[in-house]
Amino acid sequence: MFGKKRVAVIGAGMTLFRRTLKETGKELAWEASKMALDQAGLELKDIDSVVMGTAPDAFDGVHMKGEYLADGSGAYRKPYSRVFVGGGTGVFAVDAGWWHIASGQFDTCLVVGEEKMSSCYPHPAYAFTTIFDPIYARPLGVTLIWIFALEMHRYMHVHGIKKEDIALVSVKNKRNALDHPCAQLGANITVEDVLNSEMLCYPVQRLDISPTSDGAAALVLASEDVAKKVTDNPVWIDGVGWCIDSTFWTNRDLYYPRYVQCAAQMAYKMAGIKNPPKEIDVAEVYDPFDYKELHHMEGLMLARKGQAPRLTAEGVTQRDGDLPINPSGGLLGVGNPIAAAGIMKCCEIFWQLRGEAGKRQVKGDPRTGLAQAWGDLMQYGSVVIMRS
Amino acid sequence: MSEKIKHFPGEQLKNIDVKEGRVPAVRHRPDVKYLWSTGIAMSRFLEGLKKGKIVGSTCKKCDRIMVPPRAFCEQCFKPVDGYVNIKDTGTINTYSASYVAGDASRIKEPILVAIIDLDGASEGMGIFHLLGEIDDWKKIKFGMKVKAVWKPPEERTGAITDIRYFRPLQEG
Amino acid sequence: MATEKIQDVRRMTHWPGHMETDYIYTLGIAGERFFKEIKENGKIPGAKCKRCGQIFVPPRLYCEKCFDKLTDWVNVGTKGKVYTFTIAYIDIKGARLKEPTIYALIKFDGTVGGLVHKLGEVDICDLRVGLPVEAVFKPQPERTANINDIKYFKPVK
Repeated sequence: MFGKKRVAVIGAGMTLFRRTLKETGKELAWEASKMALDQAGLELKDIDSVVMGTAPDAFDGVHMKGEYLADGSGAYRKPYSRVFVGGGTGVFAVDAGWWHIASGQFDTCLVVGEEKMSSCYPHPAYAFTTIFDPIYARPLGVTLIWIFALEMHRYMHVHGIKKEDIALVSVKNKRNALDHPCAQLGANITVEDVLNSEMLCYPVQRLDISPTSDGAAALVLASEDVAKKVTDNPVWIDGVGWCIDSTFWTNRDLYYPRYVQCAAQMAYKMAGIKNPPKEIDVAEVYDPFDYKELHHMEGLMLARKGQAPRLTAEGVTQRDGDLPINPSGGLLGVGNPIAAAGIMKCCEIFWQLRGEAGKRQVKGDPRTGLAQAWGDLMQYGSVVIMRS
Repeated sequence: MSEKIKHFPGEQLKNIDVKEGRVPAVRHRPDVKYLWSTGIAMSRFLEGLKKGKIVGSTCKKCDRIMVPPRAFCEQCFKPVDGYVNIKDTGTINTYSASYVAGDASRIKEPILVAIIDLDGASEGMGIFHLLGEIDDWKKIKFGMKVKAVWKPPEERTGAITDIRYFRPLQEG
Repeated sequence: MATEKIQDVRRMTHWPGHMETDYIYTLGIAGERFFKEIKENGKIPGAKCKRCGQIFVPPRLYCEKCFDKLTDWVNVGTKGKVYTFTIAYIDIKGARLKEPTIYALIKFDGTVGGLVHKLGEVDICDLRVGLPVEAVFKPQPERTANINDIKYFKPVK
């Protein structure tokens, strides 16, 4: 065991994910937090500490969003911190919640993720342009999709992967999302639909991308002592990992996510996992773009380099396959309120390991699950491994 | 407990109704301007561009020539050993053709963007820039040789845009 | 030489820019109901927590302490007291105002929170903490479900 205390997940909650929701960010955070507490059978007074994960302030349009969201996250007069590593924030917030308890400092921690991207007008994509270096990159008119298009293209080039191989991910995830009650973009689509969708930045097309979303999600974490008192089936956090690569993103070879590999190695070592594809029963892999699911499966060593498309084509990553990936429907299907989406992935693994995922339940009796997110300027990886 | 939860909260609105003022809402446009210091290494880089040179920095310990230049080596965490000029030619590491502008609006003529591995820098030291003088972007190839097209000296201001774009080195 | 002393000031360069973003904020569940009450009825509501008994102004969807949903809304009237105030002589960009503006935090008896708003129709000599004030609303047709539907608070005569 790593840390002074073993850490369990004992409750999860989330709101609908939608392009635009009426609730304020605070109200969304409260809805998800309250649900997670209710599901854990706890009240706010039982919570010792709070970790809030939320992405750039520029989306909600509230500077110091951590402070703004504090009361909705249940942080009133409690030890509270906001963590932020871009898209990696959701899963990293769970990593941070883990160390709050594993350190021995707290017995409970409420982990909350929120995003209200609809505030940003005319489109949240515009706020993303402010994340680039103002001197090297912005004068060239850089937009967010460019950098992903460049990465996707490099990945395709190095391994000789075709668009239709990648489109299968979008088809799978949007179909999985049809069974998710909170999903924004569940749909039955075909590879042809993806290939015929609007060209945005070659090779990225409309249906390769997850939407922008409003939403919140939350988890309740507890020490072993507390968990055993309140539930008969806690889900244990047995591994955490996080890593950042060079901030000079043009100096990395974009075909392979080394940062994810480093984060995964840290988490696998903690969890005693030697053979990830054999030992991981179900995974929620960060999929803001369809190629990223494949890219990240390789970084997580769930597939060998360049082999993730083949596994996908063979149906291995379907819900009834040997290694189900994104049974929730992922960001492509459920939606992508950035930090909330990362926590949604952790919620899904929690539900899958408890056998409570309903129509989304993967076959067999999954014992070990993994959630991963990716962020900052394409070089941050965060991983959590859970066991029932 | 996903299957145990009967109701997931959230009141959906139509984005268009919000944008067009049919939903009570408050609009605000923050008005913030910045002056970013170009710092030690980047100042050298921008001065170089003004002279028509691409400047990199060197780390002897790690045996690296880095571009864009930096004041310290992030690997060995020591100050760089110096600054050197790098060639304004390179190869295309990866590229894209963008039909989307920054505000997600659509554009007809695609913007061609690439990461270019510059000659004379360490392997994999790419920079991000635009491509030009290409009539059909489908003719772009990985590994294609390209060369910087500079603005005339009197138009240069010490900016990344002092290079207009990179063009194919041969056969236009 | 982690830092470099720049001898030639011409080498001190800066890059100008801005972050251009527009926002539309929905008022939220509690906010929409609050501003509707102001707009349509000229009333200031609060939300009461059944568990701890606190009444929050402005009203909220949830109690930050008990975390319960607040469904019990009460009218707190339009009269409050100045809890603290400031007199602004400069605008948001630092330019001198022709007429100073008085801003106050106004609290309502028996409630938690309060409204930050302008004071009007007030002689600066009369200003004091504890001054009873009441809301002056715009005429109903001009109200847009916005905090400025209240023009200002004025001393209670």
